[in-house]
Amino acid sequence: MKVKISLSVNGKSYERMVEPRTLLVHFLREELAMTGTHVGCDTSSCGACTVLLDDKALKSCTMLACQAEGHQVTTIEGMANGDNLHPLQQAFHEEHGLQCGFCTPGMIMNAADLLSNNANPTEHEIREALEGNFCRCTGYHNIIKSIQNAAAKMSAATV
Amino acid sequence: MICDFRPIQNSAFKIQNLFFEKAELQFSNILNQKKNFKFKNMVPSKVNYHRPSNIGEALELMSKFGDECKILAGGHSLIPVMKLRLADPENLIDIAGIADMKKISDNEKSITIGACATHADIARNEAIQKHAPMVAKAAGMIGDVQVRNFGTIGGSIAHADPAADWPAVLLAADANITIKNAGGSRTVDIDQFFKGLFMTAVEEGEILASISIPKTEFNANSTYVKMPQPASRFALVGCAVAVGGGMARVAFNGVCSTPFRDTNVEKAVVGGSSAADAATSVADGMDVMSDHFASAKYRKSMAAVYAKRALGEVM
Amino acid sequence: MTFIGKSIKRVEDKRFITGQGKYTDDIVLPQMTYARFVRSPHAHAEIRSVDISNAEKMPGVVKIFTGADVAEINGVPCGWQVDFINGETMKEPKHPLLVKDKAMHAGDAVAMVIAETYGQAKDAAEMIIVDYNPLPAVTDAKAAMEEGAPQVHPDVPGNLAFDWELGNAKDEVDAAIENAHHVTTLEFINNRVVPNAIEPRSAIGHFDTSNDKYTLYTSTQNPHLVRLLLCAFVLGIPEHKVRVVGPDVGGGFGSKIFHYTEEAMVIWGSNQIKRPIKWTAERSESFLTDAHGRDHRTKAQMAFDKDGKVLALKAHTYANMGAYLSTFAPAVPTYLHGTLLQGLYTTPLIHVHVNAVFTNTNAVDAYRGAGRPEATYLLERLMDTAALEMNMDPAELRFKNFIPKFNGVEEPGYQTQVALQYDSGDYHPVLKRALEMVGYENFRAEQKAALDSGKLLGIGFSTYIEACGIAPSAVVGALGARAGLFESAQVRVQPTGKVSVYSGSHSHGQGHETTFAQIVADRFGIPLEDVDIVHGDSDAVAFGMGTYGSRSLAVGGSAIVKSIDKVIEKGTKIAAHLLEASEEDLEFAEGKWTVKGTDKSVSFGDVSLTSYVPHNYPEGLEPGLDFSSFYDPANFTYPFGAHVAIVEVEKETGKTTLKRFIAVDDVGNVINPMIVDGQIHGGLAQGIGQALCEGTIYDDSGQLVNGSYMDYVMPRADDLPQFEIDRTVTPCPHNPLGVKGAGEAGCIGSTPAVVNAVMDALSPYGIYDVQMPITSEKIWNILNDDSGETEE
Ligand SMILES: Cc1cc2nc3c(=O)[nH]c(=O)nc-3n(C[C@H](O)[C@H](O)[C@H](O)COP(=O)(O)OP(=O)(O)OC[C@H]3O[C@@H](n4cnc5c(N)ncnc54)[C@H](O)[C@@H]3O)c2cc1C
Ligand code: FES
Ligand code: FES
Repeated sequence: MKVKISLSVNGKSYERMVEPRTLLVHFLREELAMTGTHVGCDTSSCGACTVLLDDKALKSCTMLACQAEGHQVTTIEGMANGDNLHPLQQAFHEEHGLQCGFCTPGMIMNAADLLSNNANPTEHEIREALEGNFCRCTGYHNIIKSIQNAAAKMSAATV
Repeated sequence: MICDFRPIQNSAFKIQNLFFEKAELQFSNILNQKKNFKFKNMVPSKVNYHRPSNIGEALELMSKFGDECKILAGGHSLIPVMKLRLADPENLIDIAGIADMKKISDNEKSITIGACATHADIARNEAIQKHAPMVAKAAGMIGDVQVRNFGTIGGSIAHADPAADWPAVLLAADANITIKNAGGSRTVDIDQFFKGLFMTAVEEGEILASISIPKTEFNANSTYVKMPQPASRFALVGCAVAVGGGMARVAFNGVCSTPFRDTNVEKAVVGGSSAADAATSVADGMDVMSDHFASAKYRKSMAAVYAKRALGEVM
Repeated sequence: MTFIGKSIKRVEDKRFITGQGKYTDDIVLPQMTYARFVRSPHAHAEIRSVDISNAEKMPGVVKIFTGADVAEINGVPCGWQVDFINGETMKEPKHPLLVKDKAMHAGDAVAMVIAETYGQAKDAAEMIIVDYNPLPAVTDAKAAMEEGAPQVHPDVPGNLAFDWELGNAKDEVDAAIENAHHVTTLEFINNRVVPNAIEPRSAIGHFDTSNDKYTLYTSTQNPHLVRLLLCAFVLGIPEHKVRVVGPDVGGGFGSKIFHYTEEAMVIWGSNQIKRPIKWTAERSESFLTDAHGRDHRTKAQMAFDKDGKVLALKAHTYANMGAYLSTFAPAVPTYLHGTLLQGLYTTPLIHVHVNAVFTNTNAVDAYRGAGRPEATYLLERLMDTAALEMNMDPAELRFKNFIPKFNGVEEPGYQTQVALQYDSGDYHPVLKRALEMVGYENFRAEQKAALDSGKLLGIGFSTYIEACGIAPSAVVGALGARAGLFESAQVRVQPTGKVSVYSGSHSHGQGHETTFAQIVADRFGIPLEDVDIVHGDSDAVAFGMGTYGSRSLAVGGSAIVKSIDKVIEKGTKIAAHLLEASEEDLEFAEGKWTVKGTDKSVSFGDVSLTSYVPHNYPEGLEPGLDFSSFYDPANFTYPFGAHVAIVEVEKETGKTTLKRFIAVDDVGNVINPMIVDGQIHGGLAQGIGQALCEGTIYDDSGQLVNGSYMDYVMPRADDLPQFEIDRTVTPCPHNPLGVKGAGEAGCIGSTPAVVNAVMDALSPYGIYDVQMPITSEKIWNILNDDSGETEE
């Protein structure tokens, strides 16, 4: 039996009927056609599906869409402000923090959570924060640099 | 065959960090409990979703559905298992939104942690950091950021995974567990809480409501260390120690199929042994687990190494 | 040059960082159905019956196919033929689209369920009852060749797919080893690893009844080759009726080169049901069916004179092919491995012998490096072990044996004992630079001080050579390739002077849209934004051999240059006409043709427009400015480098921590340093992963025990340091760009460096050999081997 859920995604409210078994990631990809959030595993390990739920990083493959009822979801599609890229997006571009791009949305969303709690993380802290996100292309080297770059950009902006 | 491939089953069991033979046993128990289990589709095909607004409503729903429902808290154990079609609850009762159950309160003699407090909430809590540092430390070591943001302490201990991080810590902390049911509530000493693999004192129709950590000298001087399984990063060996006021509590998870306190080590510590000496007897005579990440011999030795390190921090 | 050699930020980034990348699973077609494969849970089993009657009644089921339905269809072919030493053709058992009578490995597909939703397909798949009779299985290549081993294919006695040898006469090599001052012998397993591109494989088959055309969207590195194999070998459908699109692909590392059964099934099935079918692997399926890498069991001996000069090398390898021969599998242990055993050294005598063996495991094929990492591991482990055994400095030992510098122009290429001729090389500087970066002079003292305070530090070296852009086609054909290994490129100048380039290379992270554009923009003297690179669509691109073997720039880039040259040649004719000058008097630079010594010029844009609006135009010249080229290189290219790892081993737990990793690579000329560095980083992580944590574990019944991310250990961010990298530049003499290839270098050099470093750390204990992956427990067992017993 489908149930009605309403939630906000990237600042816009949506009301949809879903099967309760629908995972949030499938809801985003299939119901809302927002395919920037990816699925890379079946064990909640890879982090490719990371989104923000009320500003906290979440593996959207590990939550039912129903559970997100009434909450605010932010996906990679909601990071830029019109044509203005989010500092993290800009930094990933500048530091070559992505290759195939498949892990990238999850990396950026996870990094957004990190930087909101720790504006100026050390390399070690960044590496630990990425524990739940696999990248097979970059060896993480440039992802670390990207997040450092974004941290610098964002703290410069707030000063 | 439950799933298409054994590797899928394996990984599911590893999520619960069981070993295959034992898992199968345990698993068939779970299956047998389900009246209408058929060897088929287990992604929650016809799951219904309920969201009670308080604990009373949740208990009502539970008595209505009996064994055909499951509590959903953070979902970070239950949903992975449902995705792999190893659990098929017909009704999910989502308690994550019940505000009362998320509270962490700093009382005179104890700290009470609502079952729905997330690992991240606990890691950040200043009272906990001060009065029971191992609790905050362990919370910060669970899974990854994403898991800590949504996984709850109540869900973790209700799930009773032998490789989870909470059990050792709560055993060492001499925690009390408050369980609610239709008739009222009861409190269980943590030493009586874990009944075996995936088995706890929480009975059908009951909700684990809160965990209380006494403010004691030993809790104020405590720590948790962990050797992670390198793939899943659950505990291959987790050791919590709390030493103070003439008491020592030393507990392990990941080592045996149930978390346990090692009273030999505790006695040695109280008796004045050095950290290194006290740690030599860790898990002596116990049935230590073995898998492709760590043989029993290695695991036991690592339990001793990590116990020595943990004790070294607090002694 | 405005763009070449600069770290231009990638033009493809925008869609990925904004969540607008289009991967196969992101594509939704009208009327689309979803497929789920039922796979054998047994590694080896007779299939007595498949009962689909209950499954067919499940909600949403559209169609179910079993092995019987596709029995008449050809299997997926192998693209490389290696014959037995005695001249017999290799054994190539059919790899059916769905198995009917016997499952050969866990994960072999038995049935395909197509339903309205993926959930329904999954539900129905679980209702299919397959009656299996499980048979004993064999997973190890050496064991598979023993008397009485389970037979994977009834028509392949002894499970031997082929054997192969190369090099100098065996008795000569034996004699040299017999008489040498010192012989280092190692037996090792080059562990089987799972490629694990983070995007799981996915394929959509669409049969359009309006024009009888098929479209296959697939996560491939190689759309044209997939089309060729699919049409000509598997389904026998006309190639012009099939379009293969490799949209954005989330990493490949080799595993997406090959043509897989699922691709053929969605295409064939879409015609049967006249609706599109999508299949996307779950990660557990990826573990079981994406072609794995490595899995060599090798014995190797290296003979030295008393000064440390290498006299001879002998190697024997059992190469595990898995249950079927995957697309390039036979080439990996042979022409990509045996031929690299010269390494960077002047070894005068080399003999290599390979047995390629079937087992009840998933297929093994090219994985980042493909054969060269195995060759490098073999050589570099021998080198460091010999240094330890002979008490020589490992860096010194290498300097002593390096092939002297040659540039391949005035000095000829270097002819190896194992068939190849290296293009150009200068090996001393890479190692020298690496030693400088490490601070080698001080390291030994630090190491000793650390040891005195109870810490085990180790340093490990690896100096490698590899072969990229394998070619020319005639040569690879003679070596058994069933395809050419050229590349095609079309450069289409639009009337307004904007340029569209159609490349047969496929980008899935390598940044072709940027690197290729840099070349085009520079050569034409136009802005980067004026160039668009189109790839991955067989309807748009004339032909292509895809991206793997670090071939894209050397081969695909060169094809672009060829077309650019043709454009400029024709443009010169038009410009000469417009400027009323002779062609010889013109020079083309910075986007315009100028009459030498004057300021009379005409721009690239004007010439482009004129070519499409040919009013004032040279007589007899065709309009338009659009050229295609096929580039077939003269030789392979040979990048090389020196990698150094520093590790610390914790005695109490056996845990290895990688403290530093230094890589100095020479990949020839560099078009975009930022992208090349990124390629090196990624390769390093994978190579380090193989050394320290990755590797499949099969149990006795042939089950992959660690087939999920909960069990298979892959490097995470907190397992690795920031890498320290640098490069030298020795241009390739035989391609117009002077480039060699950078995609695999990191993965080829790093693995032995890490293992050597661990061995160096353990050398105070007299331990020279531990098998990969070097887990904490393995080391702990060795360090604590008081009883001699180890428990499992
Ligand atoms: C990728 C990943 C990595 C992880 N790593 C670790 C790790 O390193 N260490 C570790 O300890 N854990 C780890 N976990 C598990 C994580 O901590 C879970 O969050 C936790 O075990 C379960 O909490 P939950 O709130 O998510 O529970 P749920 O999944 O919602 O529930 C788990 C079980 O408990 C029951 N339940 C939940 N709450 C209650 C209640 N109040 N009363 C009665 N029954 C209840 C549910 O019915 C269910 O059976 C990991 C999980 C993931 C996905
Ligand atoms: S898809 Fe891998 S963690 Fe969610
Ligand atoms: S960029 Fe490809 S997985 Fe990270």
